[in-house]
Amino acid sequence: MSQKKKVSAVITAHKEIAPAIFDMQIQTELAKEAKAGQFIALYPKNESTLLPRPISICEIDEKREKLRIVYRIAGKGTREFSTYKEGEAVSVLGILGNGFPIEAGKEKKIFLMGGGIGIPPMLELAKELSGGAEKAGNGKTGVNIILGYRDAQLFLKEDLERYGNVYVATEDGSIGTKGNVMDVLRENGLQADVIFACGPMPMLRAVKNYAKEQEIPAYISLEERMACGVGACLGCVCKTKNVDRHSHVNNARICTDGPVFEADEVEI
Amino acid sequence: MNTKVAIAGVEFKNPVMTGSGTFGSGMEYGEFVDLNRLGAVVTKGVANVPWEGNPTPRVAEVYGGMLNAIGLQNPGIDVLIQRDIPFLKQYDTKIIVNVCGKTVEDYVEVVERLADEKVDMLEINVSCPNVKKGAIAFGQKADSLFDITSKIKKVAKQPIIMKLSPNVTDITEMAKAAEAAGSDAISLINTLTGMKIDIHKRAFVLANKTGGLSGPAVKPVAVRMVYQCAQAVKIPIIGMGGIANAEDALEFMMAGATAVAVGAMNFVNPYTTAEVVEGIEKFMEEKQVEDIRELIGCVR
Repeated sequence: MSQKKKVSAVITAHKEIAPAIFDMQIQTELAKEAKAGQFIALYPKNESTLLPRPISICEIDEKREKLRIVYRIAGKGTREFSTYKEGEAVSVLGILGNGFPIEAGKEKKIFLMGGGIGIPPMLELAKELSGGAEKAGNGKTGVNIILGYRDAQLFLKEDLERYGNVYVATEDGSIGTKGNVMDVLRENGLQADVIFACGPMPMLRAVKNYAKEQEIPAYISLEERMACGVGACLGCVCKTKNVDRHSHVNNARICTDGPVFEADEVEI
Repeated sequence: MNTKVAIAGVEFKNPVMTGSGTFGSGMEYGEFVDLNRLGAVVTKGVANVPWEGNPTPRVAEVYGGMLNAIGLQNPGIDVLIQRDIPFLKQYDTKIIVNVCGKTVEDYVEVVERLADEKVDMLEINVSCPNVKKGAIAFGQKADSLFDITSKIKKVAKQPIIMKLSPNVTDITEMAKAAEAAGSDAISLINTLTGMKIDIHKRAFVLANKTGGLSGPAVKPVAVRMVYQCAQAVKIPIIGMGGIANAEDALEFMMAGATAVAVGAMNFVNPYTTAEVVEGIEKFMEEKQVEDIRELIGCVR
């Protein structure tokens, strides 16, 4: 595993792509070590907000050493980030977390399911699982990408369409299936051999239950309030079926043992 | 230039340690800092058996600091002895094991298990505000602190440090009780009990409702308490509370601390411990301080 570092990165692009959803690209050597499903932590400059903010990696450009993150304004820290301009430097801790097990999706019929701000990590994952846009072709891929949004303010949909068949659900029914990502499966009669998912807890619970019914593996990315991001503070634990490697008490650390877990392994 | 300090006959290459619970057993931060640079690594609190800790959310950020209510999740003394102590023995740094328990017997059991282990000192956590039984219950009344300190001192093979809670009316009473019962040193402060409410959800942010406040927000309180204790007892003091850099550490030393610990700021800047070591050396060079010991308690 790569060594974790706190580094200074430069913002190379930054824009709002939906209300309160921001798309930031940073230039950093950390990109060389990153893989789908891992995250970085971004430091606010205001020292009254001390802790770094964990944000999932949306896209990795290893060659040009760039990382793309897409985040939602959720509080003071992310509100500060949203004011940053191109060319500004930011402090970043990374690369954090385990990432998605790409090999579990090789040559399989796959669901990538993203809900809300759980959509961004699906982009790099879709890219890696499909073998790239050229290979993915149009509609010929085994990757079905199911996205859940609140309303018609979609984001990253076009990016994702390059790597698989995209289905959309909106809570208000303004676009695609009315409802959530699970409703999309029912409405379209979709089937898969393996699921990769990230989104709000109710969605992940539904994914876990569905995977159990279908007797297929599901890899879900969890979120929890964390302090250190590196496995020391034990703030971001989740209950697990098996004994965890750190404290031997069925409490895995989301920041280091996760954020991606096999759904069957965690109690959510 | 001398940066060495001694506590109860144990010599530390420099006065910079880690705050218990903020540094694991060094493995995680060993990726960021050379543990050989530190005066000591103080482990996360360990009990006689594994503890699963509190429900989540366990942490919350507040202005200039954070609240935590981890609840002393730990793997128990067996794993510490098999895994963590051998890991730390690879480094040229002192090892201080933080001990927690629900009953006096729990503490005594852990201390006895450590008797033959190559650890340098024991820090006794009688001040964690986040567990329902034990811990802080022993550290908020002078007579119960005296009682548990005497019982642990009787069985301990290593020098002991009683870690004091700031959640008391007069911390010097607690320092005096620890000293009278034979404690070799004291460390302070543990976290200050706090609370945060989410006004949108009309709910507590932490599952435990309350949590311990740490970080730069608590530093002035901690410096004051270290100063007061330094005036009240003769045993050495390990000072901590929001130390973010060498200037902060030097404040604690001038207030009377023989050594200092970096706590919550490890989470903010994983290089803090090493930077504090370097910053102290730089300060000594610039100010032509020959011996760090001349700074201890120099402000009266």
